[in-house]
Amino acid sequence: MGKVYLGVDVGSTYCKSAVLSEDKQLLGYHIVRTGTDFEQAAQAATRSALNMSECSMDDVIRCTSTGYGRDNVSFSNNTVSEISCHSKAVFEKYHSAVTIVDIGGQDNKVIVLDSNGKRVNFVMNRKCAAGTGAFVEDMAQRLGIRVDEMDKYARTADQIIELGSFCTVFAGTELLGYIRNGASLNNLVKGVFYSILKRVTAMAQLQGTVVLTGGVVANNPYLVEMLREMGSCEVLLPSYPQLFGAIGAALYAQSLK
Amino acid sequence: MADNFKRKDIKSSGLMNKIMEDYFRELKENEESKTKKVAWCTSVGPAELLRGMGFLVFFPENHGAMLGAKRLSTNLIDSATALGYKPTDCSYMTSDVGAFVNKTTPLTEAYGFKAVPKPDVLVYNTGQCRDVQDWFEWYGKQFAVPVLGMHIPRDLTDDDNPYLHKEACRQLRVIAEQLEKIAGRKLDMSAFQQVVANSKRTSELWSKCLGINSNTPAPWTFFDSCIHMGPAVVMRGMAAANDYYVELLKELEGLVANKTAAVEGEKHRLFWTGIPVWGKIGALSKIFGNLKTNVVASTYCSSWMFNDLDGEQPFESLGKVYSELYIGGSAERKGRVLQRFFDQFGVTGIIYHDAWTCPYSSENRYGLPIRLNQQNKIPYIVIDGDLNDLRCYSEEQTRTKIEALVEDMEGI
Repeated sequence: MGKVYLGVDVGSTYCKSAVLSEDKQLLGYHIVRTGTDFEQAAQAATRSALNMSECSMDDVIRCTSTGYGRDNVSFSNNTVSEISCHSKAVFEKYHSAVTIVDIGGQDNKVIVLDSNGKRVNFVMNRKCAAGTGAFVEDMAQRLGIRVDEMDKYARTADQIIELGSFCTVFAGTELLGYIRNGASLNNLVKGVFYSILKRVTAMAQLQGTVVLTGGVVANNPYLVEMLREMGSCEVLLPSYPQLFGAIGAALYAQSLK
Repeated sequence: MADNFKRKDIKSSGLMNKIMEDYFRELKENEESKTKKVAWCTSVGPAELLRGMGFLVFFPENHGAMLGAKRLSTNLIDSATALGYKPTDCSYMTSDVGAFVNKTTPLTEAYGFKAVPKPDVLVYNTGQCRDVQDWFEWYGKQFAVPVLGMHIPRDLTDDDNPYLHKEACRQLRVIAEQLEKIAGRKLDMSAFQQVVANSKRTSELWSKCLGINSNTPAPWTFFDSCIHMGPAVVMRGMAAANDYYVELLKELEGLVANKTAAVEGEKHRLFWTGIPVWGKIGALSKIFGNLKTNVVASTYCSSWMFNDLDGEQPFESLGKVYSELYIGGSAERKGRVLQRFFDQFGVTGIIYHDAWTCPYSSENRYGLPIRLNQQNKIPYIVIDGDLNDLRCYSEEQTRTKIEALVEDMEGI
């Protein structure tokens, strides 16, 4: 195998590693729980991503790290914010003006790119995890199901039970109330999904083409269909939506000297 | 990101520390001697009137900022909320009230006070915010002393000015009459005029110190000026404050002449709108410095520029400046002032601090950043935080936003 570029995205919940060839092809990737040791998570994800690429660290020309733990990756050559990494990776794929909606473990981001890939604006959620991956995990736990099962429940719902609360804890209490009153699990899960989308659409006006990234849509692609139904914008879900931070970092490893 | 930024010392700091110590020492010694009456006053006055009448003046907001800067506020706020205040109420007020009920003050460690100096009267100006009224009235009950207030409306347009100048002037005259009774003597007009003339001089010198950052590279930072504004806030009208700013201005002019940069290799020049995150002054200074970025100016430090004061017309000019506060302007009026600042300092990026408990100073509200950006195309970010309540501030989220802004400006 030839020389490669490595991107590591140490997020609040998951750590992602992506290996790109010199012609920007995704050769390997891996995702692990970030846990409490960022360096160890970065090493574990990278080891597996390199194995998948049939490469070793000796083949890595440069590595860029991003995400909350970006400064804890000892083998990284430089760091770039996840805002820039998501922008870079999405523009590399679509080469057009888009709005990126990234729903991560504890951050939601809305990033607007112009037709040259330049960032026009970006916003992040306040210091509040409602509507993020942490919210989804909490709701799944309260409903007694796994996060990766939520999608199938939501798809078979016949109505949305709308949650009125901004706060994750109070939304959980609200869920319990509906459960006591005999609401169906499917409709509740769809209500949770709707709550996420309401939070995201309240962050900024979504116009034109919207690209969804992040772990929440990777696990629950039905969110994409729901967003399409909610608005007038075109909504795209790329392959590997959870990897866009790491892919963007690998692209920076290639372009930044 | 390299972590090698070191804030440069400002040599005049020694003199500032000395005059601030003198100011607090006089208050402290007066606690025993009771030679002078003590007034508590809001930071935007009417301190000149109080000083002109011979009161020693203490500023609860300055005390609140000290609590914030020392990172003592968070636990104290809980004591205030237990009394019925909301976590969204001004955290200067809630941390100050919390400190009072817990019988603690940073003045003990800094200047040897047993407690905050006891007031004989409290005087506020609602032109900056409504919270000061409740804050001062609460203390009025604790100390059983009179509370007087200037009731100046907010969200004003320029059309409101002529009427308000007269009204503010009228209110000041009423307050002066009430203060005469408390002080037990008539207002000495010549002393009052001298204080107002001194205050104008303080204001002009402070304006020049801030304006000097329109030079490239800038010789100091917003974070430095947050410290050095102390005398402009609490010693307005005192000759010692003017002596200090003459010294500081001389030093800053020397730095400009030598092209000395506060941030070595200054690449980007930012503007800070809103109040500082007091407990994060050092940390934020470092984040920006490491990115070769200088926050060169702010609305906050510019809030004590009262250049329209006039010693010959003390009531009229105080009425004018205290009814034309920047913070009391409508979003559109603030927008025009902001754009003038952006042009003056040649800023390439803007930080809007959304202070959870200070809506009046949070310029990101009512869509102002988007409207301004449509005109000037200057990139901006909104930092969620607070003046004192650090529970509203996320270190990591803030760092990510700042780095992304700088990457934007660098075309990364």
